[in-house]
Amino acid sequence: MDLQGYGPVLWAGTWQTIQLALLSLLVSFVLGLLGAGAKLSRNRTLSWIATLYTTLIRGVPDLVLMLMLFYGMQIGLNDLTDSLNLDDINIDPFVAGVLTIGFIYGAYFTETFRGAFLSVPRGQIEASTAFGMSPAQIFRRILFPQMMRFALPGIGNNWQVLVKATALVSIIGLADVVKAAEDAGKGTLRLFLFTMIAAGIYLAITTLSNLVLLWLERRYSTGVRQAEL
Amino acid sequence: MISILHDYWRAFLYSDGYHYTGVVITLWLLAVSIGLGFCLSIPLAVARVSPRRYISGPVWLYTYVFRGTPLYVQLLICYSGIYSLQVVHGQPLLNAFFREGMNCTLLAFTLNTCAYTTEIFAGSIKATAYGEIEAARAFGMSRWTQYRRIILPSALRRALPYYSNEVILMLHATTVAFTATVPDILKIARDANSATYMSFQSFGIAALLYLAISFALVALFRQAERRWLAYLQPQQPAAH
Repeated sequence: MDLQGYGPVLWAGTWQTIQLALLSLLVSFVLGLLGAGAKLSRNRTLSWIATLYTTLIRGVPDLVLMLMLFYGMQIGLNDLTDSLNLDDINIDPFVAGVLTIGFIYGAYFTETFRGAFLSVPRGQIEASTAFGMSPAQIFRRILFPQMMRFALPGIGNNWQVLVKATALVSIIGLADVVKAAEDAGKGTLRLFLFTMIAAGIYLAITTLSNLVLLWLERRYSTGVRQAEL
Repeated sequence: MISILHDYWRAFLYSDGYHYTGVVITLWLLAVSIGLGFCLSIPLAVARVSPRRYISGPVWLYTYVFRGTPLYVQLLICYSGIYSLQVVHGQPLLNAFFREGMNCTLLAFTLNTCAYTTEIFAGSIKATAYGEIEAARAFGMSRWTQYRRIILPSALRRALPYYSNEVILMLHATTVAFTATVPDILKIARDANSATYMSFQSFGIAALLYLAISFALVALFRQAERRWLAYLQPQQPAAH
């Protein structure tokens, strides 16, 4: 295919998108685990904060949050550095993108993990306590592997939504695959071709992640009996 | 915050003095795309569950492509991509349609939500208890009558919780409309932001408006579920 010299730009954009998606996944995964822990904890304040977090974030569109956090963080930081008589610190758009997407999807992961933790039978936790395992051991050996089994369909869903949400970062000026395609399209006056290529790249990413998720699902459901249909 | 509200409340809610803007436009985008998407998705869902591959295959491909790519990219293809083609420029009718950002946005939104809704409805049609379908067949109902009287009324009801989710996600997705110059809530927030540099407040107002619409939709669907899914609710103990 004739990309008129824009191949490397597209490739760099794709790589940026993949990095952004994977790092945001990491952030939201950790936030989700913490959030689920807070929501299930007996501490009233903690669970209240976590509930507020999930309700607010899931009720507001991701693009609005992205713009609010992206511009708001920079202005807040500028005010802070001004008041301390320091030089302005510019937030790196990539870091800001990872943090905002991670923060937003952390709320969705919180709900996924909360449901999954509740699906692990109580008796197993009691049994592992009776075996003298420490809370960390219970989490690592008993709770986490089984929780993952219940959480995987939800994680897969969230991941697919997250990947598609990364397309929005081009609006806040990140050089992702959509931005690359737009630049290439405007440079060559072939916008249709290049936007279609961007769509094709996203389709390839989702197809690939579908395959990985299928493999993970098989791996985490080892030892689950299924009736023949 | 007060000054932004003072200067922009009208634009945020319904008009900037010349055009409809803000909440009105967002709700219009949502209602049209959801409405058209709903009407299109029912025949498509029936086709999607067809045992004949040449009927279900194309529908599968359509939903796969539209669910596998971001709405923002689909909007870009509709708005800047298609309009840049010579064929579209040459045709007066197509030219007039694709020149308007609103038309492109509605087209992209409808196709996108229709793909998700088709999968939701197809899943719930497939989950219809086989006994119901066999009984309908035993009564001598034709395929059309089966769908009209038995399968669709029950499948659409059972799909309600998933459908409400899709509607709320669609509300959130309408925020990309401003990239096609449609003056929705977010466009006003951006205008307020670039005029005042009060980002947190400008986008905060937009966030609150979206939050309020989301909660209203949730309440609406809860009422709908209470009405149409009453037979699936846990039984209340009989009063004395």
